[in-house]
Amino acid sequence: MSAWARFRRNRLALLGLALVVVLALSAALAPWLAPHDPARQSLIEKRATPGGKYLLGADEFGRDILSRVIYGSRVALLVGLLSAAIAVLGGLLLGTVAGFTGGWLDAVLMRGIEILLAFPYLLLALAIVAALGPGALNTTIAVGIWGVPAVTRIVRGSVLALRETEYVGAARALGAPAPALLGRHILPNIIPGLIVYATLSFLGLGVQPPTASWGLMVSTGRDVLLIAPHVATVPGLAIMVAVLAFNLVGDGLRDALDPRLRGHA
Amino acid sequence: MLTFVVRRLLLAVPVLLGVVFVVMLTVDLLPGDAVALMLGEHATPDAVARLRDHLGLDKPFLVRYLDYVSRVARGDLGRSIQQNRPVAAELADAWPATLELTLAALLVAAVAGIAAGVASAVWPNSFFDAVARLGSLFGLSMPIFWTGLVLIVVFSLWLNWLPVGGAGSLAHLVLPAVTLALPSVAMVSRMTRSAVLDVLREDYVRTARAKGLGEVWVLGRHTLRNAFIPILTLLGLQSGQLMGGAVLTETVFAWPGLGRLMVKAIFARDYVLLQGAVLVFALAFVVVNLLVDLSYGLLDPRVGRQG
Repeated sequence: MSAWARFRRNRLALLGLALVVVLALSAALAPWLAPHDPARQSLIEKRATPGGKYLLGADEFGRDILSRVIYGSRVALLVGLLSAAIAVLGGLLLGTVAGFTGGWLDAVLMRGIEILLAFPYLLLALAIVAALGPGALNTTIAVGIWGVPAVTRIVRGSVLALRETEYVGAARALGAPAPALLGRHILPNIIPGLIVYATLSFLGLGVQPPTASWGLMVSTGRDVLLIAPHVATVPGLAIMVAVLAFNLVGDGLRDALDPRLRGHA
Repeated sequence: MLTFVVRRLLLAVPVLLGVVFVVMLTVDLLPGDAVALMLGEHATPDAVARLRDHLGLDKPFLVRYLDYVSRVARGDLGRSIQQNRPVAAELADAWPATLELTLAALLVAAVAGIAAGVASAVWPNSFFDAVARLGSLFGLSMPIFWTGLVLIVVFSLWLNWLPVGGAGSLAHLVLPAVTLALPSVAMVSRMTRSAVLDVLREDYVRTARAKGLGEVWVLGRHTLRNAFIPILTLLGLQSGQLMGGAVLTETVFAWPGLGRLMVKAIFARDYVLLQGAVLVFALAFVVVNLLVDLSYGLLDPRVGRQG
């Protein structure tokens, strides 16, 4: 049975894929899908509860939350994919160099990575963004760079393993299709990237207002949490659904590509 | 064993030096002049220059780096710019709170995660298992700050069972600890489930069953002890994650720990305090990793002897 057929049989994975498609569509078709202008304020209607004119309610400036969530998906997807791409490319480069050259270059690179990994995970991204300045592009770069050490370690491990098998002469091990391997690694990197980006924008370092960004919406909604909880919780729900979707697809891919693991979570 | 410990501790030193280096470099790159911030808007350029000179901020980076390292080696972490107190005092005030939070979260993660994982493995594909696996997927997907806010809305706002933030009593600890622990519970339960399932498939378990030993006995003696090794490694790794997550959780719940101190220091450009706080975090991280490696060596006799 091909990997795709196995994937198709996994209902949770299909659900995840459907959600990702919804996310992508809402990002692409945002101007047509959003019922209101996401930046239009209406101070009379601020903190409106969900229902009626504003399907998901309005935030503390009277802006429609549904529209802002839809527009926010653009930022989320863009940042998630771009930062994952940066992390994977950087990690691929460094990991391959480290794995193939070995020797002192490898040792230096690995020490450097250990140092970077010794930071509490948030702090490193925080530090990079703080240095580059807030804004979507900088945050994307920061999240991307933050992801590089982890990917480097994985790639280096694979390269080292491949080298071993060459020495032994077992060409069969090289049969693991390279694109599938990459697909397996890119996806898991989108997830932490998304969460870290949301966290950074929660702390006010991502996209700047009035552009809609889910993390930022949660953060500003915090101020009115006790009187209008929907302002903060709805965008957070969007974050969760997006991350969940990628998790489901990632799990599904992993199960489909490696049937031995199917009995495990 | 002793040489192993000493070697690892020595290896930790360059890592810590590197951490300080990276932090100082980043702080340097921060936009905004720390000195101007300190003196306020109406400071004269002359005053700014004099303070900068007094703090030694106009010296080249390497000089400042070596100076800081040598002072830390003597135990002097400097004075916080914001609070004008010794950094060491600020850190000493804050770290017990973070320790308390992290330990509580670790406990929750271990107990809940292992229990759920074992139950899932013993009754695979049951309703409980399905719920548990779905639950852990959710747990992994929820950003910590959002989980915290949702819990606040449900338990403080609607049910009024628990306080919104701050510290002081056990009631104050519950929400932050659960929030922090949730992603770890998810990971631990998933890992436990696969580890136990793996072991249950092994031949020696079949043998034990064939010998007629009771299921509980099989589970306790043979399965859990061997499944424990990867679980323990994961718990150790999770400790590091928990410390990182504590930064966010403390901010959301206004928990007076190191994490919140660090975030405040960043926004106030209090670089002296920031360096000290990051150093403590990195040190804790290194120590935890060392402990995990050590216990790994102790638990699995196959691993023990190597350096």
